[in-house]
Amino acid sequence: MAKITLSNLAHSYIENPTKPEDYALRKIDHEWTDGEAYALLGPSGCGKSTLLNIISGILTPSEGKILFDEKDVTTETTANRNIAQVFQFPVVYDTMTVKENLEFPLKNRGASKEYIEKRVASIAKSIQVEDILNKKARGLTADAKQKISLGRGMVREDVNAILFDEPLTVIDPHMKWELRTQLKTLHKELGHTMIFVTHDQTEALTFADKVVVMNVGCVLQIGTPEELFKKPAHTFVGYFIGSPGMNFFDVELEGNIAKLDDKQIELNYSYEKTSKKIELGIRPEFVTLTNNSNDIKIEIDRVEDVAHHKIVRALLNGKKVNIIVPEDEKVTEDMTYISLDKDKINIYVDSWLVEGEKIS
Amino acid sequence: MRKTVNQKAWFLVLPVILLVAFSAVIPLMTVVNYSVQDTFGNNVFFEVGLEWFEEILHSERIHAALGRQALFTTIILLIEIPLGIFIALNMPKKGFWASASLILVALPLLVPWNVVGTIWQIFGRSDIGLLGHTLANLGIEYNYSQDVLSAWITIIVMDVWHWTSLVVLLCYAGLQSIPSAYYQAAKIDQASRWNVFRYIELPKMMGVLLIAFLLRFMDSFMIYTEPMVVTGGGPGNATTFLSIDLVKMAIGQFDLGPAAAFSLIYFLVILLVSWAFFTIITNIDKQEN
Amino acid sequence: MSTTTKKGFFSSKSPTIMLIYIIFLMLPIYWLINMSLKTNEEILGTFSLFPNNLTFDNYIIIFTDPSWYWGYINSITYVLMNTVISLAVALPAAYAFSRYTFLGDKHLFFWLLTNRMAPPAVFALPFFQLYSSVGLFDTHIAVALAHTLFNVPLTVWILEGFMRGVPKEIDETAYIDGFSFFGFFTKIFTPLIASGIGVAAFFCFLFSWVELLLSRTLTSVNAKSIAVTMTKTVSASGVDWGVLAAAGVLTLIPGALVIYFVRNHIAKGLSLGRV
Repeated sequence: MAKITLSNLAHSYIENPTKPEDYALRKIDHEWTDGEAYALLGPSGCGKSTLLNIISGILTPSEGKILFDEKDVTTETTANRNIAQVFQFPVVYDTMTVKENLEFPLKNRGASKEYIEKRVASIAKSIQVEDILNKKARGLTADAKQKISLGRGMVREDVNAILFDEPLTVIDPHMKWELRTQLKTLHKELGHTMIFVTHDQTEALTFADKVVVMNVGCVLQIGTPEELFKKPAHTFVGYFIGSPGMNFFDVELEGNIAKLDDKQIELNYSYEKTSKKIELGIRPEFVTLTNNSNDIKIEIDRVEDVAHHKIVRALLNGKKVNIIVPEDEKVTEDMTYISLDKDKINIYVDSWLVEGEKIS
Repeated sequence: MRKTVNQKAWFLVLPVILLVAFSAVIPLMTVVNYSVQDTFGNNVFFEVGLEWFEEILHSERIHAALGRQALFTTIILLIEIPLGIFIALNMPKKGFWASASLILVALPLLVPWNVVGTIWQIFGRSDIGLLGHTLANLGIEYNYSQDVLSAWITIIVMDVWHWTSLVVLLCYAGLQSIPSAYYQAAKIDQASRWNVFRYIELPKMMGVLLIAFLLRFMDSFMIYTEPMVVTGGGPGNATTFLSIDLVKMAIGQFDLGPAAAFSLIYFLVILLVSWAFFTIITNIDKQEN
Repeated sequence: MSTTTKKGFFSSKSPTIMLIYIIFLMLPIYWLINMSLKTNEEILGTFSLFPNNLTFDNYIIIFTDPSWYWGYINSITYVLMNTVISLAVALPAAYAFSRYTFLGDKHLFFWLLTNRMAPPAVFALPFFQLYSSVGLFDTHIAVALAHTLFNVPLTVWILEGFMRGVPKEIDETAYIDGFSFFGFFTKIFTPLIASGIGVAAFFCFLFSWVELLLSRTLTSVNAKSIAVTMTKTVSASGVDWGVLAAAGVLTLIPGALVIYFVRNHIAKGLSLGRV
């Protein structure tokens, strides 16, 4: 296990980068706590794989340093960093049995036979492959193979971190849940630092202790799933997390009053004056449909029934608004207004979250 | 990979079947016809036909040609397959030299077979050929038209020169299609170079290796032009392989009957060996699953 | 400094091995070029590493004689036709073989292979009769179709091998993402099997290009192939070595071009990108 530190790290695939856009990964300074499970979440092309490959050593960063437990490993090879990596598709040695696959890394390091037997037995138990230990790896299902990939990484006790690069991509949907659960259990059991790259927010939010949300090479926010949900630091994080994501309205701000359309909304905080773009963010869960004409007027587009609740898709002056209505509440014809829970309102200036002064 | 059962897959295969059947089935029937007929037009079926087959099967001359052929094919397979793999492993994968190597390696394959024979015929002559001249200067006894060993070595080296690149190209393409993740995983597992070859590269190349092997087997069994041009089957009949003998018979005796019978038997030998291989491989596949 | 992902286990291979092999391959070719620049007398009379009397006559004959350069054009025409047909027909078939099991699939596959094994001599006369009877004698399409007999099985065989290496899960993920079969096939699948397509295309070209017997039997004037034209150099008065050598050198060029164009496909490798 190790603490991983990224210091002034950035990466560009071009020779002499000049603008921020030239960077696949923009400057990042971060310390990954030993033993935590992290998710790198973001859309395709956001730089999460680049970051993962830098951590694993497949890629050397064009700028900055990476340290494992205070030791500079920026130029160290993958093998020397003592990490394990599980790839998007299962990487197993087809001609070997499951057991031989798991033994392989230890054999190459010259471990003793007894030690190998012990480790393999223990890992096989953890990943539940005991019943197929003597089967050839070639004919197994994709999820079994991914587990073997994982097992091969974990069989070394001194492994610093386990990195996962969208490992559930080729897994059947109903097995995804199984594997995710097993991974989480393994993490609790063995306590390795785990970094999990994905573009699926459900995977990220259920697996990780902390989620790193990225977009366009930037790390936008690092926080627990709860923090990301309640207080997204950037409008993108608001959009990306939640199903559906956060609603954003263009507003004008005066102290603690937000002017939306022609209505005034009282806020819990007061904010400084600014000429930049101001947005009010609130999650569909905290928007209520009312028939009170004093509230904000909207037009309902359609209502989607999603088992446990209803999603109401509406428009406010042409801009999309989503409202989540609990299952037992009815949506009637006259409900063409919404009210916002002011405790759950976030204000964004230039897309970034700002904290105001609390009004007592 | 688990294949799904889908009878509609026949539609995807249909164009191929139609095209090949059009070419194969119709003509083949004509050939079968020939081999049981007397060429001069007496449509006396069967009795005459079986006679030809009998004659072929018992002919000593045919047995000798078959023996020579088997020896030749075995030798070149033993050289070309490992050599091809070895070269493919050493070919550069990126950059200018990758393209340059590909083109240069492919050149021998593109030379028309009569030209191949012609090149080597001149190449090996001690008076005007680079090879022959050099060997003569080094004091080595070499004469492919009179010495059996020289003739064999010349033909073998010529075939290796001509066809190893086929194995190289197939293995190279096979190697290139191994995802880099496997190599990375091997690095993480600290596998040795030999282990990488044995557990990653070789298994993944099995498919193309089989193709290379069977292709070389089939084609070397049918070899005609190149040895014909260089040695004409000689000295004597030292390098008279199967097809050379077949053509000699057909032209010499001006009798298509036994020739056609010979073709069929010829075809059957190749068929048998390939079927054997095919079955072995698919059985191994089945066992693994 | 930034280093990109290194493919292959060795980042610096010993170039000696490649060098030796390439020299081995190039020696006879150099000798061929050497011969093509000499006169017949010099070829047969003396041994010289470099032409004593450098002459381009052999090449001039080829470039100025219509029957020579038409030979090249004809060959290129039917070979390209054959490659396109073979690939077009083989791709769906190989896909079916690699993904599905169906009644008689193994036997069908093997039957296909057997066609590659058949000695062309066996088919010469029947093909002649067949194509003459449908009025396609001495056409490019006749030779192109005739060659599919042995090229299509090979193409299916090679492509199936490469397709098998792509996990079926990729297909399924693509459908979930909303691709139609055609869209998936062209945008996702084909790039993954690029190596296989490159190799198969090259082999189609190769085997059709050098085939002599069928292309001679099925053509006379209009579609006469280069291989046939070259036999012109062997006559009763002897062999015209110089011209034959020059013709041989020139035959290398189209094939070299083909490999040049598919080199990126062959050297591409499987990059299972984000699906």
